Amino acid sequence: MMSPFLFWFFALMTLIFGAAVVINRNPVASALSLVVSFLGLAALFMSLNAYFVGIIQVLVYAGAVMVLFLFIIMLLNLQAEEQRRINWLASAGGIGVAIILLIQIAVTIGRFEAARQTFPPLSASTTDDVRNIGAALFRNYNLPFQIVGVLVLVATVGVVLLSKREPR
Amino acid sequence: MITLGDYLLVSAILFSIGFAGVMLRRNLIIILMSLELTLNAANLSLVAFSRFRVDPSGLPNYNAQVFVFFIITVAAAEVAVGLAILVALYRARQTTDVKDISQLKF
Repeated sequence: MMSPFLFWFFALMTLIFGAAVVINRNPVASALSLVVSFLGLAALFMSLNAYFVGIIQVLVYAGAVMVLFLFIIMLLNLQAEEQRRINWLASAGGIGVAIILLIQIAVTIGRFEAARQTFPPLSASTTDDVRNIGAALFRNYNLPFQIVGVLVLVATVGVVLLSKREPR
Repeated sequence: MITLGDYLLVSAILFSIGFAGVMLRRNLIIILMSLELTLNAANLSLVAFSRFRVDPSGLPNYNAQVFVFFIITVAAAEVAVGLAILVALYRARQTTDVKDISQLKF
């Protein structure tokens, strides 16, 4: 397990840059904040002995998905959105609903008995968790794995079809 | 010591930030990024539960991590399709603001 200082450091990093994604007006600044937020999240995954999930978080999200976001922002040449008239009532409603949701989840966690316990120690090494996840994936979750493969294929075909320029 | 509740609380706050982003922002790209935040908040709580429930073999319960693997795959496919729709929309209307595309027919 990670020391409490490192846990709070990476948790605050994730949350502050996550909030920066929503607050920034410039889409490029939002995308770069999202990268930092995902890196903090990957560190939290590593602290939970989930090395494989942490690595694919960095590779897939901070690498592939964010490059896609930045590429689209560049392609569309989006500027910082102009100062529109803000509907304060709607904004307050949105923040209010989010805060009510947060309070509800926090109360539920507070009443959850197991949430007050620390993590039990592991008696086996998790350094080869790629092998363990692979075994679980191919033995117990073989059909879902193949279905996900079909889903990715359909998404690829759909993306190509959507971005094809229609002949005029 | 860090408890399971600390991880769940961080996950809940991250989910609320992403949810607030979806509710507040009107730029479609930012809305997609906020959706990614909510999905990752769910991943964090799943991994925390995976580590909390130690199997008799002394290893964490890997079922939750397989679930996280599926979520990441589906989220990546979703982003690709979402951004392709966004580009097609931008070609047609030259906007990414949800306030400008409030009609089904144009």
